[in-house]
Order: sequence, then structure tokens, then C-alpha cells
Amino acid sequence: MAAPKRNDAARLEATEARIAALDLPKGGFTAPARAAALARFREMGLPGRRDEYWRWTDPALFAGVEPQLGDAFRVDKPIFEGRDKVRLVFVDGVYDAAASDDPAIAGVEIARLAEADRADIHWAKALYGALEADGQVPVERPFAALNTATATEGLLIRVTGKAARPLHISYRQSATNSDVVLHHVVRLEKGAELTLLETGTPGARSNVVMEVEVGEAARFHHLRPQGRALDRAMITHLFARVAEGALFKSFTLTANGRMTRNEAVIRIAGDGAVAHIAGAALGDGVDGPYHHDDTIFIDHGAEDCESRQVFKKVLKNGAHGIFQGKILVRPGAQRTDGYQISQSLLLDEDSQFLAKPELEIYADDVKCSHGSTTGAIDETALFYLRSRGVPRADAEALLVLSFVADAIAEIENAEFAADIEARIEDWLARRKH
Amino acid sequence: MLEIKNLQVRLEDEDKQILKGVDLTVEAGKVHAIMGPNGSGKSTMSYVLSGRDGYQVTGGSATMDGEDLLEMEPEARAAAGLFLAFQYPVEIPGVGNMTFLRTALNAQRKARGEEEISAGDFLKLVREKAKTLKIDAEMLKRPVNVGFSGGEKKRNEILQMAVLEPKMCILDETDSGLDVDAMKLVADGVNALRDKGRAFLVITHYQRLLDHIKPDVVHIMADGRIIKTGGPELALEVEENGYADILREKA
Ligand SMILES: Nc1ncnc2c1ncn2[C@@H]1O[C@H](COP(=O)(O)OP(=O)(O)OP(=O)(O)O)[C@@H](O)[C@H]1O
Ligand SMILES: [Mg+2]
Repeated sequence: MAAPKRNDAARLEATEARIAALDLPKGGFTAPARAAALARFREMGLPGRRDEYWRWTDPALFAGVEPQLGDAFRVDKPIFEGRDKVRLVFVDGVYDAAASDDPAIAGVEIARLAEADRADIHWAKALYGALEADGQVPVERPFAALNTATATEGLLIRVTGKAARPLHISYRQSATNSDVVLHHVVRLEKGAELTLLETGTPGARSNVVMEVEVGEAARFHHLRPQGRALDRAMITHLFARVAEGALFKSFTLTANGRMTRNEAVIRIAGDGAVAHIAGAALGDGVDGPYHHDDTIFIDHGAEDCESRQVFKKVLKNGAHGIFQGKILVRPGAQRTDGYQISQSLLLDEDSQFLAKPELEIYADDVKCSHGSTTGAIDETALFYLRSRGVPRADAEALLVLSFVADAIAEIENAEFAADIEARIEDWLARRKH
Repeated sequence: MLEIKNLQVRLEDEDKQILKGVDLTVEAGKVHAIMGPNGSGKSTMSYVLSGRDGYQVTGGSATMDGEDLLEMEPEARAAAGLFLAFQYPVEIPGVGNMTFLRTALNAQRKARGEEEISAGDFLKLVREKAKTLKIDAEMLKRPVNVGFSGGEKKRNEILQMAVLEPKMCILDETDSGLDVDAMKLVADGVNALRDKGRAFLVITHYQRLLDHIKPDVVHIMADGRIIKTGGPELALEVEENGYADILREKA
């Protein structure tokens, strides 16, 4: 492990207490990966506020033995309703076959981890916990290791051609004390194509890992509106390896939520690969505490690749937004085109946005840029709109939408983009009084 | 239509009096022009009338058809029929021109208790107005004023006016930065809207616009007051001699 060991007594004690309280599955084909992950977790220990990437986000809600109770969001109208897709439902982190569509119509190979893991052999064996383990360098991600060691549910998805329709993983929370761990493995074979929708909040506390192997010239689109649960404590890790000529695109919408941390580690491993990751976060302290954290690591390890990070946060009434994003360009990754922008729109003076953009470049022929801005509503534009008859609240909503537009533009499918935009409009409309 | 009485305005953040008692009445069906040296308060007056923040009214009144404008929110003034074509139209990245126009039109209709316009009717309406102003469809798709040339921005203001059909139109130097042909287009746009129920207040530095939009009355503003009012010949006098004589007359 790259980071120096600094396991003080308190950390050791907390880590051992957490491990002692775990219900550790033995696993079938995942058994070796689980054992290794547990060992990793034990060695790293639970993170604390003094750790470099936890300075701005308190890990306590993820670290505690018991989850904090939280109510589910009463969903009026589920997002992406009416779109042609295959929906697979998890309630409190457990697959609900009755509520789900027939997985067969997706045109991809889908297995439930809970079932597949009874066997010793599975195609996912080479991937389960492997991308996670690889993603522990240079920054440790103990909650991801904990996930690999303990997850019993999740989907193993293999795509060999063009998926017949988008796959929709829909999370629903029913219990106020649900402590959900989910681990998905996705593999796109050479030239395969998949759009994966991941919606909702899995539980009161959620720890979700997704490992994605994007094969040569494959195309992967990921859209993740994370639900609107106010009390949620949710940590996600997206580990991806992108092969030659492949495309990886991920967009996340986070509206509401006491504590959400989305980590991503994207290894661009083959020449000419493209990886885009974007997000829009909306938080209004009037609804309850809001803390949102994007911690992104893009690793360029091949030539002629492109990466793009576009993150927007709209914060109000004491909401907190964090962005930690790093681009690493390895020696030899020539003609890398790396771009990163993180921006916040603070709708009042109580809210806070902290950003830590990092560039580490070891190749000489590259084009990399990053920027971070914090701003308020443009009063001149607001007046212009109002002078044309648009009421203040609507004008503000329009300007917020225009602020997040660059992130939404990262969504290629126009219908899904419209659904995401409608969800944002809806969130804004709830704030008008 | 528009009645301004002894209007006095200072800046909110600075101890600076800008309007020092403006008196001005614009009747329905008429076109009034305002000319005056730079910094005399013409734009300030138009901003105060449309409700921009940052100004403090220290005295006087402004009404439109008897309604107290100064008490109303900017959006209410617009819904009541007031329109300001900005001297410096504002760019709004990320908001499409069409979305902007449709949102504005429907908001005004809603405020007046009218029904929203259908998407089809709206499209037809805008296309037709845009055509007469020689604004191409590409421009309409772009974000509001972003990447527009100076002249395109001004034409876009007139397009908004044509679509919103306000009853009191204030044009703040809409002619500045326009080439000869564009000025003609803008003037035609204004003339097409001339109507006995509608009034115009045209702020300009140049006689040329007034050749195309024939004003009924011309006012000269200097140092926060209307110092002289006359017919179209007043504009010609300014064009020839500048403001020196008029200012001296008043001093
Ligand atoms: N927000 C402001 N802050 C500081 N000074 C201001 C502000 N607004 C207006 N002023 C000042 O008030 C005076 C009047 O400005 P205004 O823009 O109304 O003039 P104008 O008659 O429209 O001039 P022009 O013909 O150049 O457009 C100027 O001296 C200007 O500098
Ligand atoms: Mg001016």
C-alpha cells in the first residue's frame, strides 16, 4: 500500500470493532477476493478526518457499526418511467424478482451475486474485487474493500454485443434501518454496448461498489440519479478499466442527502480510449443537512486518450459540496487530452464549496486543463429575465438549469437527458414558495 | 400611458444623485425620443422604470396607465406591458433563445390570466417575426445573446419586443452599433408595432434613427433632468450643433 501506515490505537480499535460486528460471508468463487479484501481493510483501517482525502468529509456515518436511521423518499413519479428498458429492483439491497422485469429481455448475461456465488467458478471471478484492489493505489479506499469483503448482493453483468435495451437497476428503501452493501460487476466484451441506469437510494445507509471492465472498442453509458432521500448516508465507488478505443461515460445526479460520497477510479488502459465522468449535485439545507462529495481519480496509462470531468453543485442554506479530482498522466501517455472542471453555484452566503483539483503529469506531449469556480446567481441575467416577465423564482430556476447544462450535456441519450433535466426542474420547483 | 413626475433617483451603494427631478409624459400612440449627453441619466431612468436593483427613488413618481410602476416587481411591470430594449443586452449561457422567449411570453400570459401559447403557435409566431428582422433560425437555437454580434443582440431585443407585444416600449440606444441596413430593419420593426394603443420612448444619440422612426416629441436630458422638449426639429438641431447651445440656454 502506498500510503504510510499511521494506525493509531483508536483507529485499530474502531476497525476491529467494525470487523467483529460483520457478518462475513464465506463466498464461493469470490472467497479468495473476500479474504484478501478483508485483510486489506484491516491493514488500512477505517479512515479518519486526518487522512488526506477525508479532511472535508466526515466518514463517521459510513464507519459506525450501526447505520443511522433514515426515512425513504416518497417517490411520486419514478424517473425514466415509460422509457424502453429492463428494470431490476433491489429493495433494501435485496433483489426483488417479483418487482423486476425478466432480465432475459435485456440481451445481456445477468446473474445475481447471491446465487452465482454458490459456485466456485464464474466469469466474474477475475474481476470481483480485482478492480477495487487495483483502485487502492495511490489513495486508499477502505470502504470499498469492506464492500468486497461483505457484499452478498449485486449483479454480475456480461455484455457480448449491443444490449437490446438499457438495463435499469432500481433501488428502493423500505426499512428505516436498512444497511445495504451492494457489489456489481460489469464486463463489456470487445465491441459491446450497454447503457446502465442506476436509480434511487438503496438503504438508510448504502455502500455500493461497481466494477466495470470496458473491453476494446466497447461503449458504456452509465446514468445514476441517486434518489432524493434526505437522511441518506451513501458511499459509492465506481472502478473502471477502459481498453483500447473504448468509451466510458458516467453521469450522476445527487439531489438531497445528508451524506453522499461518490468515488471513482478510472484507469484508461488502452490507446485511443475516452472516459467522461460528470455530475450535478443539488442541496438545500432547508430540507435537512446536505453534504456531497465527489472524489475522482483518472489514470491515463495509454496514448491518444481523452478524459473529461464536469461537476456542478448547486448549494443553498448551509449545504456543503466537496470536489476532489485528480488526473494522472503516466510516462508514455502521449497526446493525452485531460479536462476537468468543478463549479459551484452558491444560492446564499451560508453554503460552502471546497475543491481540490490535482494534475500529475509525467508525459511531455499532453493537453491538460483544470478549473474550479464558485459563484452566485448572475444578478444582471436575473434582472434581464425578470424584465421580460419571468418571475424571480422561475428566472432563478432557469439560471440554475443553465449552470448545470454543461454536465447534463455529457448525457448522450436525449430522452434520458430530458428526464434528468425534468428531475432537476422538479427539485427547483419544490423550492418555490 | 407613461407619466413620470419629478422623479429623483440616487444610487443605493454610493452617495450619488443621478436623476434630479425628471418630468415626462408619453401619451398612447405616440413616439417620444430622448437625447442627451453621455452620463446624463437616460439609461438610469429606463432601468428604474423597469425595476432594476441598486437604485433608490428619493422622490417623485412613475405610473403606467395610472398604475404605480415603482411599487411593482420587474416581472409585474413586464406583464403590465412595459418593455425595455437594453442598451447592453445580457448574455445568458445555457439558456436557449427559444426557451427564454417562450418562458417569458407564457409567464406574462399567465400573469394576465391568459392561456399559455401552444408550442406550435409559438414556433410559428417567432419564425414569422424573426424573418422580418432577418434573424436566422440558427441564432434562435443558440443561448440568449451568446456569441451574437453587437447588431444581432440589438435585433434580438426587437424580436423579443415583437413577440411580447408590450404597450410601453423603451428603446435604449437600440441603434448604436447597427449598420445602415440593420438600422432600417430595426426601424421597420418598430414602425410595424406602432399603434394607437402603444407608445414608444426612444433613447438615441443620432438623428439617423429618427429619420426612420419619426418621433412626435423630442426631449433633451442633461444632468438628471429633462431640460428641453420640442418637435422633431430639436433632434436636427442637436445633430448639427451638439448640446452646447441648449445647455448654455439653460444655465
Ligand atoms: N451602478 C452605477 N454605479 C456608479 N455609477 C453609476 C451607476 N449607474 C449609473 N451611474 C452613473 O450615473 C450617471 C448616468 O448614467 P447613465 O448610464 O444613466 O447615463 P446615460 O445617459 O444612459 O449615458 P450614455 O449616453 O453614455 O448611455 C453616469 O455618471 C454613470 O456613471
Ligand atoms: Mg445609456
